[in-house]
Amino acid sequence: MMPAEEKAFKGLKARELPKEELFTQGHRACQGCGGALALRLVMKAVGNRVIVANATGCMEIISSAFPQTAWEVPWIHVAFENAAAVASGIESALKALMRKGRLKKEKIFVLAIAGDGGTADIGLQALSGALERGHDFVYVCIDNEAYMNTGIQRSSSTPFGARTTTSPAGKKSIGQVTWKKNVAEIAMAHHIPYVATVCPTYYQDMMNKVKKAITTPGPAYIHCLAPCPTGWRCSPNLTIEVGRLAVETGVFPLYEVTNGECKINYPHRRLKPVREYLQLQGRFRHLTDKYIEIIQERVKEEIAKLQALEKFSSFYKNALANF
Amino acid sequence: MPKRVGMEVSIGIAEAVKLCDVDVISAYPITPQTHIVEHLSELVANGELDAEFIPVESEHTAISVGAGASATGARVYTATSSQGLALMHEILFIVSSMRLPIVMTVANRALSAPINIWNDHSDIMAERDIGWIQTFAINGQEAYDLTFHAFRVAEDEKVQLPVVVNIDGFTLSHVIEPIELVEKELVDKYLPPRKPILTLHPDNPVTMGPVGIPEVYTEARKQLEVALMDSKEVVVKAWQEFKKIFGREYHPIETYKTKDAELIFVTMGSITETAMLAVDKLREKGEKVGLVYIRLWRPFPHEEFYNAIKKAKILAVLDRAISYGTNSGPVYTEIRSSLFDKKKKPYVQGFVAGLGGRDIPTERFFEMIEIARSAAEKGECPQYIHLDVKED
Repeated sequence: MMPAEEKAFKGLKARELPKEELFTQGHRACQGCGGALALRLVMKAVGNRVIVANATGCMEIISSAFPQTAWEVPWIHVAFENAAAVASGIESALKALMRKGRLKKEKIFVLAIAGDGGTADIGLQALSGALERGHDFVYVCIDNEAYMNTGIQRSSSTPFGARTTTSPAGKKSIGQVTWKKNVAEIAMAHHIPYVATVCPTYYQDMMNKVKKAITTPGPAYIHCLAPCPTGWRCSPNLTIEVGRLAVETGVFPLYEVTNGECKINYPHRRLKPVREYLQLQGRFRHLTDKYIEIIQERVKEEIAKLQALEKFSSFYKNALANF
Repeated sequence: MPKRVGMEVSIGIAEAVKLCDVDVISAYPITPQTHIVEHLSELVANGELDAEFIPVESEHTAISVGAGASATGARVYTATSSQGLALMHEILFIVSSMRLPIVMTVANRALSAPINIWNDHSDIMAERDIGWIQTFAINGQEAYDLTFHAFRVAEDEKVQLPVVVNIDGFTLSHVIEPIELVEKELVDKYLPPRKPILTLHPDNPVTMGPVGIPEVYTEARKQLEVALMDSKEVVVKAWQEFKKIFGREYHPIETYKTKDAELIFVTMGSITETAMLAVDKLREKGEKVGLVYIRLWRPFPHEEFYNAIKKAKILAVLDRAISYGTNSGPVYTEIRSSLFDKKKKPYVQGFVAGLGGRDIPTERFFEMIEIARSAAEKGECPQYIHLDVKED
């Protein structure tokens, strides 16, 4: 983005939302799919001067059954674990071809899309490599918190206590026994210019962050919580509500880290009890009060840590400016 | 006059890649491929080659970066070896089926375990069916020349397939050989800039790598097989063109003193030159022996191979890899299958030797001739004989 344009952009207003659909209707997603909604918003924010590299997963399967496609932009799918690597190749090719005069010099954005399995598990190495090398691209993780495409198996992004088909709740297990891997924090550890968490319920916040990410030179990482009624065992009409409660309870706080400076966007008032979020979803139905309390305590700790980061990073930045 | 200089073969290959004016190189270090990509990164760092050099975090990413770059229209090069090639395995099939031209040098090396950095062909034989065009070089000059040929064929409008150029690890990659260098103007004449058919660009959005349901999957894979089989014509034409411009001649199947040969050795790769020495020595003793070496491994040139060996009584096929559980080597299996329907065919004896860098001296070929002859006389078919194995 040119500096002038950057100045001009103060965030999208509801009435300014682009009408053009670049991720179009007619795809094969389940009713109430939070991921498909997220993609639609991402593409509205990014616009059509982009090339998309999509990992294997729900979003790829539902959008590209030959001879149909839901994509109005150039799009490529190669495999499960390499969206960040394929995006690296696209970005490098554009750079070389434009420099050598074989392509017209212009800004073409590069966007990588992958699920939580393709990001937190099998694709983590490729993601880390691409962020570390500093390619100019945005990586969006559409996190529905399990391998939904293959039938709701647990990933390292599945939250503690959730029942999946490979972390079933039983007499000797409460379901997932590990805490959700924090990939946004891992991305931050690469000291990239921009990291943000988003949820399609907060659509303006989400689109503004995506727009900011795509226009920031260098790598940017966006972690998107995408409620999945099929896998989370909730009614498809609750997608927006479940997303809101994930944020309002502090289970999934929305924040952005710009050049190391953290800003928490939501929740901006007192946390709602996690029970309100958990009770809407069948995947947590088996949890007793004891475990709900454990989750509640963990959420408080995580929010406290995030608030500390927010304070520290702004303090640090000011100190550095006056050094 | 073209210059003939002593040069490490790896450096020669990197210089060839430079002359091809590649746009994107992505590579991960693995012995014995390293000198190729080290030299390329130097050329980029010194501004002698205008390309993006991406030092990736794994071979899986090296080939994935190549896929993305090739789909965007760039001329792409990578190189690997052994475990690195095995790590690429998943993506190699995708690259060919998506018809993405990429050129890759494989410095052939043994696969683990036990871990071994030395030369044999087990790495590429495990990737035999990836749908790539595959050639083998027998010396430094060929490793150099086949690099230009690979780009020309890969990017041909009718082909649009990736190409592997196999060079033996260490025995080729790390030796200094006399290489006749070519002029940039001639390379430009031989290899025009890439003209991709479809690329990823916002001006003309395309969907690449979609889901192939059962109704379309068969056709997609059949298309790849047809494209690979049909590429032979372009491969041969590109060699004819190469001869016109650079003067050196290449064929899918090469012969050495086979005119009156009763027994013919069959080899691939750098061991071929040792086999030539063995043939010379045997000829001095009055033995009617010759040699056929396979330059184009995929697509396999069945017709050319048969024409090269049809007058022989015995074939002694040397494999540098084992096809485990079949009592056979991959080249031997290929040849027996290729000859099965022929009414007139020689007796075929298989051998495996030179695994993991074990030396194959000319004496081993004398041994092969004895074994093959006595097996042919008895009419026995012991599949393959593993030479030079310490049994105690």
